[in-house]
Amino acid sequence: MVPQSPALVVVVPLIFAFLSLLFGWWRKAFSYPITIIALSLSFLASIHCLYTVLTSGTIHYYLGKWEPPWGIEYVVDHLNGFILVIVSFVSLMVAISSKRLVERELPEKVVYFYTIFLLQVTGFLGIVITGDMFNLYVFLEIASLAGYALIAVGEEGAPFASFNYLIFGTIGACFYLLGVGYLYIKTGSLNMADLSEILPALYQSKVLLVAFAFFLVGVSLKMALFPLHVWLPDAYTYAPSAVSALLAPLMTKVGAYVMIRILFTVFEPRFSIELIPATTILGWMAAGAILFGALLALAQSDVKRMLAYILVGEVGYIALGVGLANRNGLTGAVLHIMNDAVMMLALFLIIGAIMYRSGNREIPSLRHMHRRMPFTMATLVIAGLSVIGIPPTCGFFSKWYLVLGAIDANKWVFVAVLLISSLLNVILFFRVIENAYLEPREEEAHEGVEVAVPIEEAPLSLLLPILVAGAGILSLGILSGEIISSVIRFAVPAGF
Amino acid sequence: METMVSIRPLLAVLVTLIGAMLILFTGERNRNLREFWTILASVLKFSLVLSMIPFVLRGKMLEFTIIQLAPGVALQFRVDQFGLFFGILASALWIATSVYSIGYVRGLNEHAQTRYFFNFALCLSATMGIAFAGNLLTLFIFYEILTVSTYPLVAHKETEDAIMGGRKYLAYTLTAGVVILFGIIFVYTLTGTLDFKPGGFLLGHGSSATIIFLFAILILGFGVKAAIMPLHEWLPTAMIAPTPVSALLHAVAVVKAGVFGCLRIILYVFGPELLHQLDLWLILAYFAAFTVIVSGLYALAQDNLKRRLAFSTINNLSIIVMGAALLSPSAITGSIFHMGSHGFMKITLFFVAGAIYVKTHKENISQLDGIGRQMPLTMGAFAIGAMGIAGTPPICGFISKWYLAMGALEAKEVVFLFVLLISALLDVAYFFPIIYNSFFKAPKEDVNPHFDEASMKMVVPLVITATISLILGLVPNAFFRFFNIASMAAEKILGGM
Amino acid sequence: MFDLILSKYNYWIYIVMMMIGFYAMIGKRNLVKKIIGINIFQTAIIVFFISTAVKKGGTLPIIEHAHGHGSHAVEVASYINPLPHVLMLTAIVVMVSTLGVALAIAIQIYRRYNTLEEDEILEQRKWSHNLPR
Repeated sequence: MVPQSPALVVVVPLIFAFLSLLFGWWRKAFSYPITIIALSLSFLASIHCLYTVLTSGTIHYYLGKWEPPWGIEYVVDHLNGFILVIVSFVSLMVAISSKRLVERELPEKVVYFYTIFLLQVTGFLGIVITGDMFNLYVFLEIASLAGYALIAVGEEGAPFASFNYLIFGTIGACFYLLGVGYLYIKTGSLNMADLSEILPALYQSKVLLVAFAFFLVGVSLKMALFPLHVWLPDAYTYAPSAVSALLAPLMTKVGAYVMIRILFTVFEPRFSIELIPATTILGWMAAGAILFGALLALAQSDVKRMLAYILVGEVGYIALGVGLANRNGLTGAVLHIMNDAVMMLALFLIIGAIMYRSGNREIPSLRHMHRRMPFTMATLVIAGLSVIGIPPTCGFFSKWYLVLGAIDANKWVFVAVLLISSLLNVILFFRVIENAYLEPREEEAHEGVEVAVPIEEAPLSLLLPILVAGAGILSLGILSGEIISSVIRFAVPAGF
Repeated sequence: METMVSIRPLLAVLVTLIGAMLILFTGERNRNLREFWTILASVLKFSLVLSMIPFVLRGKMLEFTIIQLAPGVALQFRVDQFGLFFGILASALWIATSVYSIGYVRGLNEHAQTRYFFNFALCLSATMGIAFAGNLLTLFIFYEILTVSTYPLVAHKETEDAIMGGRKYLAYTLTAGVVILFGIIFVYTLTGTLDFKPGGFLLGHGSSATIIFLFAILILGFGVKAAIMPLHEWLPTAMIAPTPVSALLHAVAVVKAGVFGCLRIILYVFGPELLHQLDLWLILAYFAAFTVIVSGLYALAQDNLKRRLAFSTINNLSIIVMGAALLSPSAITGSIFHMGSHGFMKITLFFVAGAIYVKTHKENISQLDGIGRQMPLTMGAFAIGAMGIAGTPPICGFISKWYLAMGALEAKEVVFLFVLLISALLDVAYFFPIIYNSFFKAPKEDVNPHFDEASMKMVVPLVITATISLILGLVPNAFFRFFNIASMAAEKILGGM
Repeated sequence: MFDLILSKYNYWIYIVMMMIGFYAMIGKRNLVKKIIGINIFQTAIIVFFISTAVKKGGTLPIIEHAHGHGSHAVEVASYINPLPHVLMLTAIVVMVSTLGVALAIAIQIYRRYNTLEEDEILEQRKWSHNLPR
């Protein structure tokens, strides 16, 4: 069983998706436990994969014992082993918290929800673990289609937002497919490792150039990199709470992972940096994303929409790290993949909890919230501090490496963008925190008796993942040095 | 310089952190228990700090590494003389402030008391972390924690003004934080390390232009908390906070942390040799001197007692920076010692302001005529503190001002001697009338001509701090060789050249 | 120049189809037309892949009587490339699923807004956003 863990990571959620459907028809209450079991198993398998990679090096798993480049291969190295653990952990946390959220928001559709939820996670895990270009397309579409469906059952405005997402997403996936096609025509191979060996001889070819361009645009669409982010705010705002909590931390990060793979593993770094100034372009788009995301977030009064724009900015950070194309920048980017996943998990779950208890997401409605939901709001403060980048939360450490990388590359504009965005984030979060914690009084009222507001914290199944995420933000920050020296140092693509 | 591994610095930081959690969980259910945690934590912390003195006096440094954060930089405590000095100051004054706070908060029946004490404890943890930090990154981490945990205290009253005050505070300090971060990362790219070394470690790295640029932004960044003009604006506005907050934080913890940061930059990162090479010391000294004079003039113009004290604080902070900038042995000694003596004296003055407010709800100096009859202990302490700040013997302020004056002569810049004299004259000008009016003028109608002090919980601490100021003035080395620690630090810095 | 178009006519066809689909997806206002555009777009890509599998004189890639007769060397050049066909089977499945999901969402939209024209939907949404809560 154990040597099969790479396959299990993906296959278990897939099979359990159908089991959830079957058992769910029999009795609705079964689908939740089945989901939890599936994701726990998957999480354990991914930990085993990462452990194996750390101790014995890259895993090459041949599906059906067909050798590449004819068979499909799952490759787990430090980079995707790391991301596998993150994806399975975050999905498990969201699944645990989804029980109450789904009961409240989608009571008749529980069974179908969990089925598609599991398929979505299958898609993500498959994208991360596969070593075959076309296989990645398949999983990409599995994830995307599940995503369109999950988003469409949200609140008012969700179907339309999902339709828009569908259009954009399909263009992105089709561009990716075109890229794969062009590469196949030129090289005859679909296997990533194989391609990385065959391609260098062909770098002067125009076909490769077009393929590369298609890849970049397609993946940028999926990753919501400015200016191709347009689908994201609407889609994530109107989606059901559990869905945005699942998609926000993961979809964009998995997209970023694909970009790193294509830029640095399939194509050599020197291709992406010197032959075609892809990383330079990426850097500028990223800088735009960071500023644009923060500025537009300022204009929102709906907290969830504000978070969606902040997410656009966070994607910008990761893309900036990739665009800097040096060791520190890439370390910052990979570290930020982890940090952002945990931060967005915390933030979107918190919004879910607030919606669950009060049904209102506007900033002014948050008054007294720190008394009604003390633990949730405390975690909101911690998550906010992390987005701003205040030590010792994890967000600070990824910013540290990103700024280091920008200085190494002598890109002072990016340094300024990174630092200014911290200040913009301060305004964003303190608006919320002020409203939630401080209650303006007209004159100095010194009464020791406070407005009697009963504590109505989020239910335990929702609160626990929020607290875990909050604790994660703090501890992952302090442990950054350890994480980098044991995992990320090797995850940064060779050549840096 | 020997280093010893010891967990004491970590414990000193953790004590108040655990205390803060206990305060949070005890909450409103049992106020006395909650206050007990505060006092217990403060006493434990002070004892821990005291226990480190013998080692440091013998020239050892106490070190404790928690975890590696980046190549060459760890989350690390290293207690040297300068750090220990600040630690003693902060932890000693915290005991006094805790008692005082309890009296103040209960006397006014304040709202959100648990939040108040929780944040208070967090601030002290952060201050200890700053004092004992062994490198720039550790210092920065705790510096930012200090900013975040003081914000709820500044905005505590939750009135329109308090919220605006809080916002301004955040705007200034977080922007400064970003600037400092940029500086720190830059230093890291230049040298690959961030550890403090007496005498500095930047010598020989980077071009002159880079060094000058770095110095400017780092001093400006730390200078916000140290209230160097023109970055001082947040401090008078932050006086909207409850008085114990103003007392501890804005006379001791926050602003002293800023000055501490500045001094670390001047003496332990850049160092006398580098600064002499580029003549940066003179520029900084003039800059600080400007603040000294102008803030003194501003103080004269204030009628609100706390605001006048705020400007006096700004005045003294720049005196400390000016002294350090002069880079001569007596100046550095005087500067470090002034951190301590000013702390004790200023906290006395703020305690007095708070006691007056709780008892009589008066905030302005013009209302204070004759109040010395009603509150002789309080105003007596005020007199001691105020005269000490002006530099009158035998209060401790005299000792620090004496050394600073010597330092100016040693540095062969007589200008600064005059600056010190002028500032002393201004001090007398804005403090003496208060003392005179309160004791010798006829009491206003609402003043009780008989002995009617504020609650003992408030009066006892302020009498104690005033007495300490007096004792330190007479015997600077009382209390565990307080003065020696400062002079040892100065020697190490200059000896490390 | 003329033989450039003639010899690569498969690429030209796919590009034209793709552009038509792309235009329909983005430029048309009716949701069903957009969906048809998606279909045309994806079909173009499928046509492209398949067209690259062709070899001059090649025949269908099915080996006769191979079962149980022991493997014998296969003359690769006489069979057209099966791999793109296989890949495109998957892609067709994806296309059909996308079509299904898109139509389901369109039905939801129609039930809610009673129209499938994008501008009318946007109009209704703008109006509903300004309604007092």
